[in-house]
Amino acid sequence: MHALDDVSLRVPRGEVFGLLGPNGSGKTTMIRILSTILAPESGSATVNGFDVVHEANAVRRSIGLAGQYATVDENLTGFENLRMIGRLNHLDRPTVKRRANELLEQFGLTDAATRNVKTYSGGMRRRLDLAAALVATPPLLILDEPTTGLDPQSRQDLWAIIEQLVEDGTTVLLTTQYLEEADRLAKQLVVLDHGRIIAQGTSQELKTRLGATVLSLNFESTDGAVRGAVLLADLAAKPANIEGTVVEYTVDGGPASAADALRRLDGAGIALAGLALREPSLDDVFLSLTGHRAEDATPGETNLDNPGKGRR
Amino acid sequence: MTAPSQAPKGNLRWAVSDIATIARRNLLTLIRIPISLVFAVIQPVMFVLLFRYVFGGAIRVPTGQYVNFLIPGILVQTTIFGAVGTAIGLAEDLQRGLIERFRALPMARTAVLGGRTVADLARNVLVLVVITVVGIAVGFRPHGGIGPYIEASLLMLFFAYAISWGFAFVGLTAPNSETAQAMTFPIIFPITFASSIFVPVRTMPSWLQDFARNQPVSQAADAVRGLMLGRPTGNSVWLTLVWGFGALVILAPLATMRYRKAA
Repeated sequence: MHALDDVSLRVPRGEVFGLLGPNGSGKTTMIRILSTILAPESGSATVNGFDVVHEANAVRRSIGLAGQYATVDENLTGFENLRMIGRLNHLDRPTVKRRANELLEQFGLTDAATRNVKTYSGGMRRRLDLAAALVATPPLLILDEPTTGLDPQSRQDLWAIIEQLVEDGTTVLLTTQYLEEADRLAKQLVVLDHGRIIAQGTSQELKTRLGATVLSLNFESTDGAVRGAVLLADLAAKPANIEGTVVEYTVDGGPASAADALRRLDGAGIALAGLALREPSLDDVFLSLTGHRAEDATPGETNLDNPGKGRR
Repeated sequence: MTAPSQAPKGNLRWAVSDIATIARRNLLTLIRIPISLVFAVIQPVMFVLLFRYVFGGAIRVPTGQYVNFLIPGILVQTTIFGAVGTAIGLAEDLQRGLIERFRALPMARTAVLGGRTVADLARNVLVLVVITVVGIAVGFRPHGGIGPYIEASLLMLFFAYAISWGFAFVGLTAPNSETAQAMTFPIIFPITFASSIFVPVRTMPSWLQDFARNQPVSQAADAVRGLMLGRPTGNSVWLTLVWGFGALVILAPLATMRYRKAA
């Protein structure tokens, strides 16, 4: 088993490049290779023109790493963490001090600078983690699932910070499990599944391939669902996904399709228990691209072994 | 997987700076976590008081006053107990992902373990001073004089430094800090209690005496005690040096290799 298999990509300077995929898709392995934590078994990678195996230290000098696995020391204060990372990047003392204070200010942590990180909220920790990655002003910032586990407000705050950094000229390589996050931040996207690239392009291109909205119809009975699905077969370009009483379509015009579906179902006398319109999730991308759900270990397993029970 | 290539050689200045940065971080942690300071300083003082005033009266030793036998032993015992903190701390750093961050920094590859063991050394110097002061307050009289006292202290610090590398290896092997702590107990209990730290070995059953008399911690305790009290040290001083060098030569590369692999 290889965590990554025949993956080849280029990250353009000055943009956010997104690696999208579920747990176990190879995102983190990719990040660990690019940040020199792990050497590839075969193949090669260069970061800012430096080889990750033979010029590891030059790579390390030109990247900042933050996210779920890189972390801060919770027994030190915010300032002490930044000072430590700055010193380990071999910046001189005055520069370390200046950068640490600048970043604490920029990320709204000045008031907490002399407090132990142990007392920080989850959002504050992530901001400090990001600040630590930026102490040495690296041209490339590598973010491994930067907002996983954060509350919506902290997530919004972090997104705004990342957008500001890119505006100021930093290149960002980002991994995420959230389509919403990739969509908001990344210009170019790669979708990974089981260590392989299954799709790439701009988020707009991916969405166009996918359809912009998911129309989810919950019927009162499985019988109704089957009849409804037959009736509405021409509603979307892609075939519907049927699981139990739920039938889902990826449609372009959300409200119009919903109204159309309601009219036709009403005319045929098929009753609905519920209806929802939502943005496509990573799950939908996966379903659409691979035919299996993001959390499945084996392609198609849920659908084959437990027909009708695969609903989340 | 092969480990990514090392830092270019000849950058000794940065290596020293990195070790100092990590050592400083570990010493700050020692101060910040009250329980670790308790383990480092208060616990040995408790041991001194416990053995001096509770158990000591019942223990007969060849050096006359038990307190004179006790204090050099407590010094050695404290440095070994203290090294448990190294195992726990490293396991914690690995578990939390701090080591990952360090590996992605352009720092010297030896700095994490070097800084950790240097911080241990600094803590042991503090312990040495505290125990000496408390010891003298409760009647400890090192008749060997200042010179041998310093010799004994340096010997003890060197021996403890070698031990630190062993516990660093244990910490890097453990999957988490709780396991690291659990792994150290079966090591520290026999080597500190089945030794000449608290009682003369000749009062133990003969099967235990063979182990207790010849194991390295007893040699270190005998050497430190002999020098401090101005009594004959036999082979214990050079045996302690041999054990210390041997441990360092084997354990430091072992821990370093383990660090390279651990992720």
